Amino acid sequence: MAGEKEKVVAAAGGCCLRPFSCEQGLLSRPDGSAAFLQGDTSVLAGLYGPAEVKGSKELPDRAVLEVLLRPKVGLPGVIERSREQLLRQTCEAVVLGVLHPRTAITLVLQVLSDAGSLLSCCINAACMGLLDAGLPLSSLFCGVTCALDPNGAIILDPTTRQEQEARAILTFAIDSPERKVLMTTTKGSCSVEEGPCFPP
Amino acid sequence: MATAFKMVEPLEYYRRFLKENCRPDGRELGEFRATTVNIGSITTADGSALVKLGNTTVVCGVKAELAAPAVDSANKGYIVPNVELPSLCSTKFRSGPPGEEAQAASQFIADVIENSQIIAKEDLCIANGKLAWVLYCDIICLDYDGNILDASAFALLAALKNVQLPSVTINEETGLSEVNLKQKNPLVIRKHPVATSFAIFDDTLLIVDPTAEEEDLASGTVTVVTDEEGRLCSVHKPGGSPLTGDKLQDCITRAITRHKEVKKLIDKVIKSIKPK
Repeated sequence: MAGEKEKVVAAAGGCCLRPFSCEQGLLSRPDGSAAFLQGDTSVLAGLYGPAEVKGSKELPDRAVLEVLLRPKVGLPGVIERSREQLLRQTCEAVVLGVLHPRTAITLVLQVLSDAGSLLSCCINAACMGLLDAGLPLSSLFCGVTCALDPNGAIILDPTTRQEQEARAILTFAIDSPERKVLMTTTKGSCSVEEGPCFPP
Repeated sequence: MATAFKMVEPLEYYRRFLKENCRPDGRELGEFRATTVNIGSITTADGSALVKLGNTTVVCGVKAELAAPAVDSANKGYIVPNVELPSLCSTKFRSGPPGEEAQAASQFIADVIENSQIIAKEDLCIANGKLAWVLYCDIICLDYDGNILDASAFALLAALKNVQLPSVTINEETGLSEVNLKQKNPLVIRKHPVATSFAIFDDTLLIVDPTAEEEDLASGTVTVVTDEEGRLCSVHKPGGSPLTGDKLQDCITRAITRHKEVKKLIDKVIKSIKPK
């Protein structure tokens, strides 16, 4: 068994994820909740809905999805807003909102600690939260961050330090049935050949 | 009849066109709208450009100010981009503080500047630890008809190429800065990032340069930014329907082709305003 694991690690070019874990249903008030840990990075997700829509956002043919990303300290800024958009549109592609028209689904993500690969941890927490709430989903998804170090080697699930040293950081959300790319965002520049270390 | 059909079943209406490999506005699936650029349109700004992609109109003005550099990066200046989507440009937007789309676009432009190293921030430093340029790049949409990211990135690049900064010296005796408005220097543009956006229809069909209508009906968008060496500065797919790796590769190949066209256009326009 141990030998097999080593083989897998070697096949991935020495790439290895930090230990990760997840706990679901740990909050009592929300309809679904999950905490996701990737190494020392952890995100808590709380999910409300399908519930009544507040304000004028109601859609006649499907549910409204709202994502709120709370940073560890301070108020959410432009970066959080842009990530909220990424997360919302990723979840919208998966949640079968047509089954709950004229309702709102609110996903609140609270960053507990950031030690690198925060966005992929948010994606994973969001998926586990949706799952815990028992919402109808067309598929599951997962998030993964990879960094290209100055030598061009790929580091999976980088820590903050590895992110700072990296030449490029790519984050993907991949869906479960066909392993297609749901979301991608990049930081830094890379050549076309090394860039799309896109999943097969 | 056609207008009624479009009103009742907009998605089906589009599908009929897409089946024939064309779009309601007469374009093919891989065809861009007519792109025009006007450089130096705002005389009071240090650099400016107006870009039109079909009906989408975006203006970018660059304002340069002097400031002290940050303590932890004493040899660097600042570039502060901001994208505004005022209520003037579309009924989609309301007046007041910037909405999610405007903030996401601002962050995207900031990422493009950072990722591509369009300008080396060290070039903006005048005196190490004392004085540096701050470039405020304000991108304002005047008419919103889709594909705001491509238009904004293009307007930013064109405006930065138009920037003329006065030379600044620090007087040794008084320690004060002296600005010589008569001697102006252009900025050194290190890279030319160009964005290319695609809309995804029915999970598989990719159409290039979507209009606002197409963006609303599409199930997702992808934006690829490349520089002149064909390096990827950004592959931005904010959710939406999933794509295979092959399709993304196809997007990148098309983005590289588009880069050449845009580069040619911008070079032509810059040449035309400096008849030497």
